[in-house]
Amino acid sequence: MLKQLLLLPVWLLATAILTAQPDIEKQIQTQLILAEDGEVIEFPAGKIDLSNTLWLDAKKNITLRGAGQDKTVLSFKNQTQGAEGIKVTNASGIVLEHFTIEDSKGDLIKTQSVKGLIFRDITARWSGKPKKTNGSYALYPVQCQNVRMERCTAIGASDAGLYIGQSDSVWVTRCYAKNNVAGIEIENTTNAWVYENYALYNTGGILVFDLPDLPKKRGGHVKVWKNKIIENNYRNFAPKGNIVGKVPPGTGVMILATNDVEVFDNYIMDNKTASTAIVSYYITENPVKDEHYNPYPSGIYIHDNVYSEGKRMPTWKNKLGFLFWLKFGRNVPHILYDGIQDPENPVRDGVVLPEYRICIRNNENGTFANLKADKKFKGISRDLKPYDCTHDSMESNR
Amino acid sequence: MRSQARTAGFDMAPKMRLSDYGFFTGDLSALHPAPRVFAYEVNAPLFSDYAEKARFIFLPEGEKMTCNDSLSLDFPNGSVLIKNFFYFHDAEHPENGRRILETRLLIKDEKGWKALEYIWNDEQTDAVLEVAGASFPVQWTDVSGKKRSIQYIAPNLNQCKGCHSYDGRFIPLGATIRQLNQYPAAGNQLLSWQESGLIDLPSGFDVSSAPRLADYRQASPGNIDDRARAYLDANCGHCHNPHGPANTSGMFLNITERNPERLGVGKAPVAAGRGSGDRKFGIVPGKPNESILLYRMESDDPGIRMPELGRQLPHQEGLDLIKTWIKEMK
Repeated sequence: MLKQLLLLPVWLLATAILTAQPDIEKQIQTQLILAEDGEVIEFPAGKIDLSNTLWLDAKKNITLRGAGQDKTVLSFKNQTQGAEGIKVTNASGIVLEHFTIEDSKGDLIKTQSVKGLIFRDITARWSGKPKKTNGSYALYPVQCQNVRMERCTAIGASDAGLYIGQSDSVWVTRCYAKNNVAGIEIENTTNAWVYENYALYNTGGILVFDLPDLPKKRGGHVKVWKNKIIENNYRNFAPKGNIVGKVPPGTGVMILATNDVEVFDNYIMDNKTASTAIVSYYITENPVKDEHYNPYPSGIYIHDNVYSEGKRMPTWKNKLGFLFWLKFGRNVPHILYDGIQDPENPVRDGVVLPEYRICIRNNENGTFANLKADKKFKGISRDLKPYDCTHDSMESNR
Repeated sequence: MRSQARTAGFDMAPKMRLSDYGFFTGDLSALHPAPRVFAYEVNAPLFSDYAEKARFIFLPEGEKMTCNDSLSLDFPNGSVLIKNFFYFHDAEHPENGRRILETRLLIKDEKGWKALEYIWNDEQTDAVLEVAGASFPVQWTDVSGKKRSIQYIAPNLNQCKGCHSYDGRFIPLGATIRQLNQYPAAGNQLLSWQESGLIDLPSGFDVSSAPRLADYRQASPGNIDDRARAYLDANCGHCHNPHGPANTSGMFLNITERNPERLGVGKAPVAAGRGSGDRKFGIVPGKPNESILLYRMESDDPGIRMPELGRQLPHQEGLDLIKTWIKEMK
């Protein structure tokens, strides 16, 4: 689009801009459409009321910059058009930084098919009490490559605050996710490094999911380390039908159907129902009809995390939470594995091959249970020995 | 800079005013086509808040459309697709006049297609280029005699590509064999273009076996499945296909999709958020009121409604059709 528009004679462009309504929204949108490679587009300080999605398409090396998170506020409270606040598509080398964006009707910032993308010092939030009419995702890169999110804040998303979907090569660091249903979610994404973040007061702190029926079938190679994942006990306010609607309040880290995930050196404290859960897609009770989808987690390594001492009462407002209460009372183990195994996992001498194993080792207060969900939760085992192993290749691959 | 395809007196460089192109002769608002400009119709139109559309194709002198053996339509460089959006003041009495709101041009050059958007003035004497879109109030009386009003929204140029996109490239939507291949009773426009030398159809082209979308507005001919699938293809399939912007959802509503799961049957949403409306699956056979598809078609909330762009009002006739289709689905 850019190149074609550059064919517009300069006098004509000038006239088009001058005849445009003088309002700032139109001015910004026009800048986004006409931006040249390498341009920096600045949002002025102050509260800017917007009625429509600001959309950047098919551009290279563009920076959208505010005057600071506490100075530039893009408000979509009165949005009448578009499902997102900002949308960036089919682009490369995009930087979004130094502003606050709030109250869009759908997602706050959605980026699709972007290569090389930085979100930096952005606050993305829904104001008021968290509610299911809030949009789904605060920051939402999907089908992107080389994504860096740093020092961003996400508050109030009815699905996930910082959500990375169907992407590759992702860094999420020094971010802060609060009062979302999911704080940080990595979904059908490969090569993601999630470190030194805070996930506080969400329903679930950090989720690593692989879901069926998507163009990008398989995520994996995900590392989650040195995060503070604390008190994620918020009520689940996701609209029904959404997968995160099934996450029990009180979830710290949940790994669902993903392979090759290492979770280490985290503080996972005071999450009342499931500090760390390793589960298959079957736990959702949704049908699986995608023949290219593997619903089982494999190659999981949970080590050197610190869990809180003492007892916790699991939530009753979720089927699984209630079940945990029935099974464990006020003393739910921190690390929960649903025990639903892939019948096709390569086995040698009755033992799953090392790279497919679930390894759990050296966690402070890291109490454990295999829930035997495939056996109707009968014969729950607290024995950690079968999981006392390491994934050296993961450790050497940091 | 203005040296782009100059053919037959038409200079295809973008122009400030619609009248500068010379697509129409005489009073511009009468939309009388100039030579090399001809009208076309589609079988299954996109719903656009009950706006009417007058569609034209411009072909450069001496050039024609081509169609390969796999029946994909191609246009010569310098072609322009011209779509005018208007409301009759009184839809029951079109003779009482109309108000044209916008004209969208898709221009083909060696780099592909690009869109330009022109907004008509109140006097209806001309339309002016507008890259960032526009919004203005419109009133009309609908076919049932009801007075209606809407804050009409003309898209910005990026929004155009929000729908006209295939693997990130800009493409036309209505100008496909499937959409242009009319029922024989209507006098097939492809054949009449062939006669006038405007298109090269492959030898042995047969209108009855070539792909054709049902006219979903007509209860007959055609069964409910053909009509519903044509409706979904035209209104949803431009994004919801494996190469469209909504492929992230894994829900494909284009006409060639045959897998019920990918059509949404028993499929849980991926990133619908509150768009799910507390419903569990895209389509629940027999139960339109439990299907997310219907919920999003019914909504007028910008964070929920589908399509995301180009619709503010629910399309009652389309809803009735899809409701019946899901109700009868087993």
